[in-house]
Amino acid sequence: MTSLPTPTANAKKLGLVVDLDLCVGCHACAVACKEWNSGGHMAPLTDLEPYGRDPDGVWFNRIHTFEADADDQHIGCGTSRTTHFPKSCLHCETPDCVTVCPTGASYKRAEDGIVLVNEDLCIGCKLCSWACPYGAREFDQDVGVMKKCTLCIDRIYNKNLEEVDRVPACVMVCPVSARHFGDLGDPDSNVSALVRERDGYDLMPEMGYKPVNKYLPPRPKKVMPVAIEGGRRELEVSNDNALLNWVDRLLSR
Amino acid sequence: MHPAFSIIFFTTAAGAGYGLLFLLGLLAPSGALPDSRPFAIAALVLGLGLVTAGLLASMAHLGRPERAWRALSQWRSSWLSREGVASVLTYMPALVLALSWGWLGSEGRVTLVAGVLTAVGAVATVICTGMIYASLKTIHQWHNAWVVPNYMAIGLMIGAVFLNALMHPWGGGSPEFDVAVALIIAATILLKEGYWTFIETRPAQSTPESATGLGRIGPTRFLESPHSEDNYLIKEMGFSLGRKHSTRLRTLSRVLGFGVPLVATALAALAPVIATPLTVLAALSIAIGMPIERWLFFAEAKHTVQLYYGAQRV
Repeated sequence: MTSLPTPTANAKKLGLVVDLDLCVGCHACAVACKEWNSGGHMAPLTDLEPYGRDPDGVWFNRIHTFEADADDQHIGCGTSRTTHFPKSCLHCETPDCVTVCPTGASYKRAEDGIVLVNEDLCIGCKLCSWACPYGAREFDQDVGVMKKCTLCIDRIYNKNLEEVDRVPACVMVCPVSARHFGDLGDPDSNVSALVRERDGYDLMPEMGYKPVNKYLPPRPKKVMPVAIEGGRRELEVSNDNALLNWVDRLLSR
Repeated sequence: MHPAFSIIFFTTAAGAGYGLLFLLGLLAPSGALPDSRPFAIAALVLGLGLVTAGLLASMAHLGRPERAWRALSQWRSSWLSREGVASVLTYMPALVLALSWGWLGSEGRVTLVAGVLTAVGAVATVICTGMIYASLKTIHQWHNAWVVPNYMAIGLMIGAVFLNALMHPWGGGSPEFDVAVALIIAATILLKEGYWTFIETRPAQSTPESATGLGRIGPTRFLESPHSEDNYLIKEMGFSLGRKHSTRLRTLSRVLGFGVPLVATALAALAPVIATPLTVLAALSIAIGMPIERWLFFAEAKHTVQLYYGAQRV
């Protein structure tokens, strides 16, 4: 059923909090995600021509890099901020990727809010990927169905793993702890506290999808602009050497 | 958005087929169409053929076409599912209409009821098709009030031009009907121009600043791509059409899809002697022009995800 579950007051909202202040853009989360999920719930994450001319494969996690100016008043060297920006499924509370699905393959779990695809029902119409503004869904053209982040559903509830490892692969691997996993529906959880303290925000709130995942902004930094002089500087030649002056005149003719 | 041939063919052909079935459903019981079995069969085969070919083409777009029947299940939430249900349901009165009017030549009550139900089903299906696109908040060029009226008007327009091109050779055409068809074309031109003006002048709400939330720091630029090769997102939703091509293709679609059919149909009303070649010319021109229009509808649509790959606006 692709209608969204009726929201309840104390419903669990499992999700991630990504700290953009800490992320160093190492892509370890993307690689760990690919490694785990290649054998996980949504397996395989098909790679076509992985060593060929035009490699193409399914990934659930991508790290983009953006540059934002510190402020318009201090244009110059040293004012802009480079921010590495990991992006995966935000497990939105009211996502259209679920409701547009014609077959019931795309669904949101009532018990923890995780958005999943039932690969046995998916007809590969790709409409859910069109409905996602974040680019969280990638089509597996080899299997002919849509694939997406499962929030490592096969890790977080996996009794075979040590309790400390029952977190998504991307969270487990992050060398700077820029990724946090928890219940954003519980105001007392570690992730909810982080969002409160650090002014965590939604991506594209104007879409109205109410993402569960939150982003913590880079902390403000003191801006020390270095002025860049305008205009092209001419190389000034002042030389008493008669020969060089003659060559200069000759070349300047 | 990547302009996939299967979807362009589907929306254009099925839209035209439903436009034609709509007109046949309303006009056949009233006796306004030529009293000829070959005409009735030709018109019905064209209408049902366009619809069927379009629906089959849409299945070619699927990753798992053998499961297409599952798409009929989620009509409570999904416009794509509603379109599937509406298209299947419309076959029932359309086939009854084909039997009673096409086969038996009747203009009685069965033809009337089947005709009206066919017309209702055709309208409902085309509304669902338009809503698949209009309901996607992620694509500014689709998520607006112009899209559904355009889908309906264009389907009706192609259906009317095709019907007119069939009526004249069977001696059933009339200057009055030519004028009615010309008015439909003119109204459709206004809707299409309104749509183009809208997407030119009204910017999308989302920006790189809102997509990343880095607007709080300042104007945001894309610095480095997450991957060196094109992925599914870029291939499917990163299609970008150059300004020059867009202008040229719009001109081509204006001339072939709207201008030539309008002028030819208007001339047919003025010069009934050469109405047959003129209306056939209108039909051939629209058959080339409208796929260009539909190709542009996809190619000019900019998905919000492009903001994560360097687009400054969508």
